[in-house]
Amino acid sequence: MKSAILVFPGINRERDMARALQLASGSEPAMVWHADTELPKGTDLVVVPGGFSYGDYLRCGAIAARAPVMDAVRKFAGDGGLVLGVCNGFQILCESGLLPGVLMRNARLKFICHDVHLRVERSDTPFTRGYNAGQVIRVPVAHGEGNYEADEETLQRLEGDGRVLYRYCSASGEVSDAHNINGAAASIAGIVSERGNVLGMMPHPENHVEAIMGCTDGRGLFAGLVEHLAKAA
Amino acid sequence: MSSKPTPITPELVASHGLKPDEYQRILTLIGREPSITELGIFSAMWNEHCSYKSSRIHLKGLPTKAPWVLVGPGENAGVIDIGDNQAIVFKMESHNHPSFIEPYQGATTGVGGILRDVFTMGARPIACLNALSFGAPEHPKTRRLVSGVVAGVGGYGNSFGVPTVGGQVRFHTRYDGNILVNAMAVGLADADKIFLAAASGVGMPIVYLGSKTGRDGMGGATMASAEFDNDSDEKRPTVQVGDPFAEKLLLEACLEIMAADCVIAIQDMGAAGLTCSAVEMGAKGDLGVDLDLDAVPTREPGMTAYEMMLSESQERMLMVLKPEKEKQAEAIFKKWGLDFAIVGTTTPTLRFVVKHGGEVKADLPIKELGDEAPLYDRPHVESPKLPVIHARDIKPPIGVVEALEKLIGSPELCSRRWVWEQYDHVIGGNTVQRPGGDAAVVRIEDGPKGLALTVDVTPRYCEADPYEGGKQAVAEAYRNITAVGGKPLAITDNLNFGNPERPEIMGQLVGCLKGIAEACIALDSPIVSGNVSLYNETNGRGILPTPSIGGVGLLDDFTKSATLAFKAEGEAILLIGETRGWLGQSVYLRDICGREEGAPPPVNLEAEKRNGTVVRGMIHSGTATAVHDLSDGGLLVALAEMAIAGRIGASLDAGPEAIVPHAWWFGEDQARYIVTVPQDELLGVLTKLKAVGVPCLQIGTTAGHTLSIAGERAVDIKALEHAHESWFPNYMGGKA
Repeated sequence: MKSAILVFPGINRERDMARALQLASGSEPAMVWHADTELPKGTDLVVVPGGFSYGDYLRCGAIAARAPVMDAVRKFAGDGGLVLGVCNGFQILCESGLLPGVLMRNARLKFICHDVHLRVERSDTPFTRGYNAGQVIRVPVAHGEGNYEADEETLQRLEGDGRVLYRYCSASGEVSDAHNINGAAASIAGIVSERGNVLGMMPHPENHVEAIMGCTDGRGLFAGLVEHLAKAA
Repeated sequence: MSSKPTPITPELVASHGLKPDEYQRILTLIGREPSITELGIFSAMWNEHCSYKSSRIHLKGLPTKAPWVLVGPGENAGVIDIGDNQAIVFKMESHNHPSFIEPYQGATTGVGGILRDVFTMGARPIACLNALSFGAPEHPKTRRLVSGVVAGVGGYGNSFGVPTVGGQVRFHTRYDGNILVNAMAVGLADADKIFLAAASGVGMPIVYLGSKTGRDGMGGATMASAEFDNDSDEKRPTVQVGDPFAEKLLLEACLEIMAADCVIAIQDMGAAGLTCSAVEMGAKGDLGVDLDLDAVPTREPGMTAYEMMLSESQERMLMVLKPEKEKQAEAIFKKWGLDFAIVGTTTPTLRFVVKHGGEVKADLPIKELGDEAPLYDRPHVESPKLPVIHARDIKPPIGVVEALEKLIGSPELCSRRWVWEQYDHVIGGNTVQRPGGDAAVVRIEDGPKGLALTVDVTPRYCEADPYEGGKQAVAEAYRNITAVGGKPLAITDNLNFGNPERPEIMGQLVGCLKGIAEACIALDSPIVSGNVSLYNETNGRGILPTPSIGGVGLLDDFTKSATLAFKAEGEAILLIGETRGWLGQSVYLRDICGREEGAPPPVNLEAEKRNGTVVRGMIHSGTATAVHDLSDGGLLVALAEMAIAGRIGASLDAGPEAIVPHAWWFGEDQARYIVTVPQDELLGVLTKLKAVGVPCLQIGTTAGHTLSIAGERAVDIKALEHAHESWFPNYMGGKA
């Protein structure tokens, strides 16, 4: 798997992401600078990592969405390439028009860092094939603006098309307001684009990939991508 | 020297925080009246914050050396060697005064400043900690200050991208008018690539890097060296504004030009900004410095030399570059979008010369600016010894179980989850033990080494007996590191006290330092960096003496670290260390009996070392399944914390006859731990500990879902957890 991690000024989880990709695929991802206009040849996964691109000044993800490299990413996604955006990466993908909706401030207006449970809604996508449908995984969140919102029509389409892949839930998989940590519409933690090749999610699977660190629930996402790409090749 | 010289009046001198005799010293030193810019430079260099003029002679007693210490106090941060060419760079610093005036920005710039201190030395920050002291919960300002400071600490660290893994939060009415915000940063560097402040070579370019200079933070260090009064809010313009994004860029750019071998010397612009950094680089390298302020990137036009020299705008650095690498360094900084300007050169003159608009605005002897700063041996009186309180003289107002239920959900002992969940504590993917345990454990790169990190002090002990309190702060850091399996290596201290011009305050400082020094020597933990914050007073009322101790320990194998959570039912619970039932200055005595009195528990450093060594051995051999240090709240509170964390209860024996129950369960005797071991290890452990003379007693067995003491009502773990977790969110939500 040849992956490319985008590096915008202010991004800060690119090293965490690189470690997770390296562990899953055995190959080192390329780091792509925001001012670049092309992705490395043969890239088969673009990752937009977490952080505070451009300080999240103006609006989270808004400036990064307009960086030179994003034109290349839009083209890559338009050609069906796989794009994964985590946390700030999700915000950037929404701002860049690759995903619908917007991430607003958490309902309780505070930054939240703790483990959450996510229900994997389906397993027949490149981003979830490492899991079973209905499986509950535990991964950390660390964000101040993760409250997903979209207009009613968009939300209906997302649900109708099965494009919600991850939802906040209890340890036993129950979805309710009590476990909706940031007030997101329909407890949405991660969605895919219409073609299903672009995933944005708030939680950090890349921080739960090593048994030695206590939890490997995030590994399935990366392992699934590796498997998908190996089959496609 | 200036076209329209500002007259230097006694009022102007006083407004710069300089006393008449200090001004006289300036006149003698330079042989003429200073210009206004020069007066500003002297006030910046000679204030308490930068010159340590009241504390310096007493700091000399601290142990600062050990074979593993690479850089001790005096640089931006301390550095220790952990083997394999890896070095740990760390320091703690206060941002108390600004945080009281403007909590969010005060806290952010406190975190930003300490991170800069660490990466200036060539280290990538890998963890942050903090120690926060607030006024009484019922004080009208407290809630707003807690909310602002916590958001600020998080706001900066989260965006910069460093995990905030531990710390302390306390409430006490003595901080009502002076909160404390102490921030600690820890970084990882190559041991053979540590960067220092001393310039070398004549005619070398001095380069300004980072954000532009504005009028913010003007005179901040001078403010931090004065007491507060009712008009403190008017000092808001002296608080700087933090920009974590700029700092993240500065970090990456600095590490990149260091890796490219471009740097001779580097100094961050912290307190007293350009003045302090330029003087230190020159003075430490035995060189003069010529600064040309026309080249300094400014945020607004029309700034005077005086303003530029005293600005405390954040996210700025000064460097001496290798001349042949100038272009390469500039390209790296431009890539990161940061300002880069050559603002001066090193000279052989030993003069500090500042030019602006074609005029010399200051021309001062560079060494003397630091070396000739006033040094005071201020009068100090020892704090009066308080009587030892005998537990039998204290009548328990409520039963043991009721007291536990109250204490576990009290402001002093409740869970700090509300605070640390606002800090990103998992970024980096190396946080082995998250906040909430005795010490945080952070993996170093891909392991197997790990660091144990903690911040400790018990201010009420320091107030009651500065010497014992100073010892206790170091001993508790030692215990917390030990309890996770770390070997304590070194310490950074942040000494927060009141007005040193009062002999009783000075006595507290002297007493605490004596205790700290003694403990550091006995426990092999030298002090490698630190900071002194004095004048923490409002309207003549000082804070509790608060010498925060930041401890760093090493685990050779992070997978062999212990946590405090009970692991399984049926394991033996051992109390290690001697219990006499010391209630003086205990949380129980204060919060249950309403009495803040008595001598604090004495600290036996030999016992600390002996017991700590044994506990560490039990962790490394895999015998200990859970470990917890005993501190605030004593034995029963510690057991409840272990039960809550592991969601496993315990069946506990009644205490020994010789000790009254409330003293047994809530006394705060030092040098103690609780350790659990599987039943089949019990006999071996007891025999072994007896042989080495470490007191050890089985006090119960892990079992069920309640804490039940023989002869007392059993209490459900879930109920304790609820009480433990509720106070903070309820309070911040206005419900407590």
